[in-house]
Amino acid sequence: MEEMKVIRKKDLTIWEKMYIPEIVKGLRVTLSQVFKPKFTVQYPENKFVPPASFRGRPVLVEENGTERCVACGLCSRVCPSLAIEVQASETENEKERYPERFEINMLRCIFCGFCEEVCPEEAIIMSNEYELAFSNQKDALFGKDKLLVPIESVQPRLDFLRAHR
Amino acid sequence: MDIIEPLAKIVFVVLVNLTTVAYLVYIERRMSAFMQNRIGPNRVGPAGLFQPVADIVKLFLKEDIVPTAANKFVHSLAPLISLTVAMTTFAVIPFGNVIHLFGRDIKLMIADVNVGILYILALSSLGVYGITLSGWSSNNKYSLLGGLRSSAQMISYELSMGLSIIGVLMIAGTLRLDKIVESQAHGMWYFWRTPISFITFVVASFAETNRLPFDLPEAEPELVGGYHTEYSGMKFGLFFLAEYANMITASAIITTLYLGGWQCPLVGHIGISPLVVALLQVVAFMLKVGVVLLFFIVVRWTIPRFRYDQLMNIGWKIMLPLSIANILVTGLVMLINGI
Repeated sequence: MEEMKVIRKKDLTIWEKMYIPEIVKGLRVTLSQVFKPKFTVQYPENKFVPPASFRGRPVLVEENGTERCVACGLCSRVCPSLAIEVQASETENEKERYPERFEINMLRCIFCGFCEEVCPEEAIIMSNEYELAFSNQKDALFGKDKLLVPIESVQPRLDFLRAHR
Repeated sequence: MDIIEPLAKIVFVVLVNLTTVAYLVYIERRMSAFMQNRIGPNRVGPAGLFQPVADIVKLFLKEDIVPTAANKFVHSLAPLISLTVAMTTFAVIPFGNVIHLFGRDIKLMIADVNVGILYILALSSLGVYGITLSGWSSNNKYSLLGGLRSSAQMISYELSMGLSIIGVLMIAGTLRLDKIVESQAHGMWYFWRTPISFITFVVASFAETNRLPFDLPEAEPELVGGYHTEYSGMKFGLFFLAEYANMITASAIITTLYLGGWQCPLVGHIGISPLVVALLQVVAFMLKVGVVLLFFIVVRWTIPRFRYDQLMNIGWKIMLPLSIANILVTGLVMLINGI
């Protein structure tokens, strides 16, 4: 059997027990921090730009003037907080559907990203927008008008998903 | 005419004290922010300089809540006691030399008491009442614990505070604060001459003002807010004011006793008019007080709070023997040097 190694806490030296030199050391640490660069972001003026891995509000990708979404309803099925509602309709092309109504209740959304994960068309994507404040409940229902964003603005997220999924 | 002079001094001291308190809070917030790599209040006015004004307005407009089960009279009395004690202590502190103005010699201290230092000790020990009574009258267990802690803490540190001064008093041979300052002329500050006494006194002042390594009466993590848990609005503001006024007074006492008070080396030899010299000495006093105040702030954000038993251990087993030993050593040295 291997012999157990006992590690004891070292006793304080007399110098440390005098306490005052240690206080001086501590003061030096705190005072040196005064001159270091600050981490604060002055929010309304400067905004934090999240990296591609950030899960902001979900958006629908708009490509060539129309949505990628085919209204399969998987996102609304997988949504744990039942925030997504999809109403499908048919296009002129045969066997092709589009969402007539696509609504996300932002009060319910928990930003889990399941919808994005389950989407077979990469049509619903977590964007990097995080400023979501509403003054009434109606404003929190995001329809297609608010959800559709051009593909260029979510390209980093799409690249991120391609690389890591 | 004889009433106007002390009145003017009182108004001057109170005004300076109150503005210093307001800006001390601001400086403390900025300093603590800098030490934590933050920016701190910078929105109200240029660089946040009007933040104290906003704070005071907020405190005045807030609802003043008195708990139903509280003792209403004592509950309102306690913050007043705290503040009164904190402000009146400043009365005997000389903040400048004799100044010649309007054809008369004006001594820059409000009350020229011959037992100045005893007056300070007596009044500062009264400060316990404000805290303990507020803790008791709130009818809240956290407040009560805070109040009890403060009484125990203040009593144990008062002793070493009083004893640590004795070294200085022995050398100076007087209790008058202006005479003590005069005896520190030519850079012979007691800070150099009696370092042990200086250290014990500074530590005791931290305990007396309930500042951070010894802020057990407040102890936010354990006691919510300690003695002022049940206070809101301007009553809370008064406690806040009292804490910072106490800090200023403590720094002023430290400056007077150990850092040469208004003494400003070399300034008397440049050959400028005595009035300017006197004014420079007042500025020197304020600067010294400011440095000590900064020290208070830096220490607050450096050293964590003591546990209650550690506090008592330090107070009774280290501070008290140290200050008594200091008296002995000072006496011996004086005997050998034949003073």
